[in-house]
Order: sequence, then structure tokens, then C-alpha cells
Amino acid sequence: MASINIKLNQEKVSQLQDICKEFNNDKGELINVLHKAQHLFGYLPAEVQEVIAHELKTSAAHVYGVVTFYSFFTMTPKGEHPISICMGTACYVRGAEKVLDEFKRILKVKVGETTPDGKFSLSCLRCVGACGLAPVVMVGEKVFGRVSPDGVKDIIGEYTK
Amino acid sequence: MAKFKIHLLVCGGTGCRASESEALFHNLKATISEKGLENEVQVITTGCFGFCEKGPIVKVMPDNTFYTQVTPADAIEIIEEHVIKGRKVQRLLYENPETKEKVVDSKKMGFYRKQLRIALRNCGFIDPENIDEYIGRDGYMALGKCLTELTPEQVIEIMKKSGLRGRGGGGFPAGLKWEITRASKADQKYVVCNADEGDPGAFMDRSILEGDPHSVIEAMAICGYCIDASKGLVYIRAEYPLAIERLKTAIKQAREYGLLGENVLGTGFSFDIELRYGAGAFVCGEETALIHSMEGLRGEPTVKPPFPSVSGYLGKPTNVNNVETFANVPVIINRGAEWFASIGTEKSRGTKVFALAGKINNVGLIEVPMGITLREVIYEIGGGIKDGKEFKAVQTGGPSGGCLTQRHLDTPIDYDNLIAAGSMMGSGGMIVMDEDDCMVSIAKFYLDFTVEESCGRCAPCRIGNKRLIEILEKICKGEGTMDDLDNLRNLSQVIKDTSLCGLGQTSPNPVLSTMENFYEEYIAHVMDKKCPSGQCKSLLQYIIDAENCVGCTACARNCPVNAIIGERKGVHVIDQAVCIKCGACMEKCKFNAVFIK
Ligand SMILES: Cc1cc2nc3c(=O)[nH]c(=O)nc-3n(C[C@H](O)[C@H](O)[C@H](O)COP(=O)(O)O)c2cc1C
Ligand code: SF4
Ligand code: FES
Repeated sequence: MASINIKLNQEKVSQLQDICKEFNNDKGELINVLHKAQHLFGYLPAEVQEVIAHELKTSAAHVYGVVTFYSFFTMTPKGEHPISICMGTACYVRGAEKVLDEFKRILKVKVGETTPDGKFSLSCLRCVGACGLAPVVMVGEKVFGRVSPDGVKDIIGEYTK
Repeated sequence: MAKFKIHLLVCGGTGCRASESEALFHNLKATISEKGLENEVQVITTGCFGFCEKGPIVKVMPDNTFYTQVTPADAIEIIEEHVIKGRKVQRLLYENPETKEKVVDSKKMGFYRKQLRIALRNCGFIDPENIDEYIGRDGYMALGKCLTELTPEQVIEIMKKSGLRGRGGGGFPAGLKWEITRASKADQKYVVCNADEGDPGAFMDRSILEGDPHSVIEAMAICGYCIDASKGLVYIRAEYPLAIERLKTAIKQAREYGLLGENVLGTGFSFDIELRYGAGAFVCGEETALIHSMEGLRGEPTVKPPFPSVSGYLGKPTNVNNVETFANVPVIINRGAEWFASIGTEKSRGTKVFALAGKINNVGLIEVPMGITLREVIYEIGGGIKDGKEFKAVQTGGPSGGCLTQRHLDTPIDYDNLIAAGSMMGSGGMIVMDEDDCMVSIAKFYLDFTVEESCGRCAPCRIGNKRLIEILEKICKGEGTMDDLDNLRNLSQVIKDTSLCGLGQTSPNPVLSTMENFYEEYIAHVMDKKCPSGQCKSLLQYIIDAENCVGCTACARNCPVNAIIGERKGVHVIDQAVCIKCGACMEKCKFNAVFIK
């Protein structure tokens, strides 16, 4: 595997190697390495996984197995403004599904997809810990509380100006 | 805390931060410096007060004034009126919803009156980023006492006598677990804190870690002393950035004070703590899966025995306890096993923290003595059902639990009673539902979660739950038959009996308990093709009442799919073939002309 055909530029590869080194190239630290790598790249494409497998002296299949097991890791890039709808129980009983439907309708994407212009991606998460504000929507780091289906277009509007 | 005359405590929990409590904090600080009051008034950020419904919260001490829904712009008024002139800002005070009276002293609020805060003792009182404040409230005293006055066996004896049971869901006696782990011989052992908190709609552990991280650190060290471990690991969800930050800060401070690291307090005992991050998999809350995840593997559970206490992390004896379990430990050591055991019921001692949410007036984090009734929790602490609706059910135990109904309102809450009632304690999620919630949909919601989170290792859970949800979907679409109901029951039983781990063994509970308690709703979906609460879209129709319709066209203009036809000033009609049942017309109609059939 010494000569993997990488589309990543050399600088990114060495950043990745540094991350692995930080954890002593220990494959027991794979999940920590993946967290850092995803932080760096925004997602974990196959090439990144291969470099990590190589550095930690494990198989790419093992790395892939771990990446796909955990929902926090993603192999597709997120939109410029990642939208997450809380689907925790508290939000669900206060109407999160209707809010989600409205996002899907306006953005014309399904959960897990990104709009063709790369601006928005849509995902669900479980309980942000702000159940008092249910239903809750997060755009990037910003939390919107007590969102009604009517309010959805205003939220999207804030990011399309 | 001595030199300041007035303390302003601003909630820095996740919920309040989402409503700009940070900006509020900065404004308060700025106003105080502007007025030159830095030496008299102190502002600190604390952990969650629990009263998330009305956040952001500002509490003024020493007079216990409790301001709710405070905006950053209110900072000036609080300083000028309350702090300088000594006049409470009336409009920000909490108002008793029944008497409409303003509550001046938070101790008099119904929300707090019935609570007893042990695990949450410091949340909302101290600055979680300052170890001195924790120490000021007897922090690390228990650790000192254990290391200098008690043998590990004596500490374990205290834990056993206290009757503390695991708060992560299983309810296994904590003292006994420590004893078993102590008895396992090995060169290295581990203390693990389970902070994975996967139950959707629950945030107890997160609030403890955000509001009082040192209590967990102290307890882990005590546990390490008892079982002979020098290493502790906290497995925490990556989705909890604030809790992670606070924990990191706390560990660093504890090291600086010689409370973690080599030779703790000069006693020769060494203990240190590292963090491990979860990555969004519910099953990793299960202890064997959690251990595999910490080893960098897929978080799949394995068969027990061997239990982690015998063979856990890297094959070494590992004591896994939940965050809340740990948070109780220092108080038990300080105040004694007898004191703790005097609270609660015979088989469930102490208190339990619940995340109370859903259709309830006071959403928030509460801690109550075991044995309290659901009625007290929902009506006295929770302030009753939102918008004056009818109570229908309360769900405890998350995806592994079940729904309790009107019949159970007076059952004392403890581990065994909840199981007898067809639910379970779980980690502490408590979701209240009203007349508008469809119980078939709720069962489907939880199953949806389980199917997504099943690790796929064993067939009953991987395939069985998928079949369960397909049947539920069919029923919600009005295509269900009576045979489907039998199949639901039988299949549920098989999944429970044959799954490998706790996830599969409990996943059918939401189905079974709703079938048990709300069978008539299932029948209505299957036989009458109706959803009594009007939630299942396929089973309802939006109709315009010709008598009430004045032809204002509001509905037609707001229909996203143009399903409504009609002339201005003429009666409008909804084309059922086009309607997507979004309900926009009903919301927009000012004349109550749209109804659901
Ligand atoms: C599917 C599943 C999910 C679990 N999730 C959690 C969790 O999120 N937090 C937790 O503390 N325990 C969880 N548990 C329980 C743990 O396996 C374990 O019993 C617990 O951490 C032991 O600590 P305690 O005795 O202090 O409760 C879960 C169990 C199962 C089967
Ligand atoms: S019961 Fe479900 S979650 Fe547990 S091991 Fe089997 S497939 Fe995995
Ligand atoms: S369920 Fe949505 S924030 Fe808790």
C-alpha cells in the first residue's frame, strides 16, 4: 500500500499523518483519529480513510467498517449551511416531523442530501439538550427554538440573502 | 464567595445558551463595570437550573430572586433596578400560572418545592469552570476522607449500605459492582464513566457534566481507590461539545490541585482520567459495546458473561457506571449511607433525575425522591399539561421503555414499580403526551429509532424490528388487518426473547406497552381506518365547511400544492387527490371553516 493513488494534496496528507502521529499511530485510537480528520476535511472520503489505514497499519476495510458504523462520521461533504432537525422525542411530540417535511419541501432534498448548489444539507439528530425550546432546528452552530412549519422559510431566508 | 454582596447566577446550560444567555452574561458584566460595582456584585455562569421551559434564567442571591426568559437587553434594568435600587424587576419574575401571582422567592415555586437535589446539588449554584467553588461546597472532601480514613472495603460497605443502584438504566447495585470489580485480580483495572446518554429527548447526564463536572471526577477517583484502578476513562458523546469542554477544564484543574495524577493528596494513591469520544451510536451506551468502541472498534455488543467487571477494556477488569450514579457518590460518603438510604423506597434508595419534556408546561430537568408519584411530577412540578389539554400518557425509559397512563398516575416511581407497569426507569427521559398524540405513531417513532440504531449483529433485532416497523407503517396508512396485530405481538415476544443485547431485548417494549394500554387505538386504525388523534396523515381528510367558508381565499393562497379551488367570496373545496395534508389551510383559516375528518 506504500503508493496509494491519492487525490489529496501533499499538504493535507501530511496534516493527516500528523494527526495519526499525535495518537502514536495506535489503531486503538482510530475513533479519535477519525474525529480529528473529519474536523479537518469536513467529511471522510475514501482517500482519507486509506491514508489513515496505512498510517495505523490496519486494513482500509476496518477503517471503513468503523466509519460506516457511527452516524457522526460522514463520507459525503455537508452543505455550506448544514441544517439539522432535532428528532428527539420531545421535539417529535411537539411537531418536529412537520417542520422536517417543510424543509424537505422547500429545499427539495431528502434527509442526508445536499442541495445541488451546495448551500444546504439536511440531516436529523437526536436531542440537542434544549427540549424546552422544542421543536429545535440547528443551522451550523446556531440553534433555532420553537420552530413552526411556517417559520421554516424565514430560517432558510436568513441564509439565502 | 464572602466578599460580594450580590451574586448573579446566569444559566450556561445548552438550552439557555441557545437563547442567548452568553450575550446576557456579557451585558451584565459590562453594565456592572460601567457602574463601578465590580467589587460588590459578582456574575457567574452556572450549570442548568432545570427550569429550561422559561430560559434563560438569572438567579439573584442571596434573596433567591428567580428571573425567567431574560434577554440580553434586560441586563441594564436588572442592574439599575434590582442591584442598585433594590427593586425586583416585576416583569421578569416567574408568574404562578394558576394564581397569576409573581413569585418572589424561588423556593416557593411549585417546580422546586417537591424536588430534592442530590445528584444536581451543585447545578445552578456554582461556576462549573472553577474548582474552588466546588471545593467551597464540600468538594473533594469525600475523596480525602476515603483516602485517609477509610479502607477500600469500608468505602464499598458504605456504598452497599446506601442502596445506590445504577442510574444508567439497569439499576444494578453500585456497591456490589465495585466489590465484584475489586475481587477481580489483574495488574491493571479501569474505571469507566458512561456518558453516552443515547436516549433521544434526555439530557440528565449532560447537565450534570456541564453543571458539576468535579462531582463525577471525584467519584471516579473514589471508585478507583476501591477497585484498585489507576486509570479512569469517560466515554462521552462527541455531540456534547460544552460538556466535553467543561470536563476537560475540570480534569486540568483537579490535576493542578493534586487531586488527580500521581500520589493524590500525598497518600500514595495514583489516579488519572482521560476522555474517549462516542460518535453517534445509541448501542454504544451498552457497556460491552462501549468498551469495544473505546478500543477503536465498531461498537457491537458481546455476550455477557464475562461482565466488564471481570473482563472489560483491553481485557482487564473494568467498572462501568453512569454519570448520575457517580454524581451521588461524594454526598453518600460525606453524609453517610443511612442518610441516603432514608430517602426513597425500600428497593430504590435516593433520588432520580428526570428530563421532563413533551406536552407539559414546565419542561426541564428535575430531581425527585424515589417513590414520588407520576401525578406529583406531572401536575405539581411539571405544572400540568400544555394548553389545558387532556393528559394521555407518559413515556419513560426511552426506546427501551413503555407508556404509562392515567391508571398509573398514583403509582410511586421506582425501578420495580415501573417494570411492573410495563415500562422501566431507563436513564431518565420522561415524555408527556396529550390527547393529540397518536400512540401507534409513537410506537412507530421509537421503532424507527431502534431500526436505525440496531448494530445488526444479531438477526432478531436487525430483521425483526424492521418487520415490526413495516407492520406499524401499514397500520398507520390504514392498510392494517387484525392478523397484523397478532403478528406484532408474537414477533415482539420473539425479538425480546432472542436478541443478544439489551437494545434488542427491550426494543419491542414501546409496541407492547401501547398495545396493552391503548389497544382501542390500534383497533380504530385497523377496523375503522381512523386515527382518533388525527395524526396519521393517510387516515385523515381536510374538509372545508361550506357554511363557515366566506371565500376569503386565505387557504387557497397558502396551500403549497394548490389543492384548493374556489372563487373569491365563494365556497372553497379541497381536492383530496392533490392534498398533501400539511394542514396549512386549517392554520390560516380565520373562520374555523377547515376541519379534519
Ligand atoms: C441499548 C443500551 C443503551 C444503553 N445506554 C446507556 C446510556 O446511554 N448511558 C448509561 O449510563 N447506560 C446505558 N446503558 C446501560 C449500560 O449498559 C450499563 O448498564 C450502565 O452504564 C452501568 O452503569 P450504572 O450501573 O451506573 O447504571 C445502556 C444499555 C443498553 C442495553
Ligand atoms: S440486539 Fe440489536 S443492537 Fe444488540 S447486538 Fe443484537 S443487533 Fe446489535
Ligand atoms: S428532543 Fe429535541 S432538543 Fe431534546
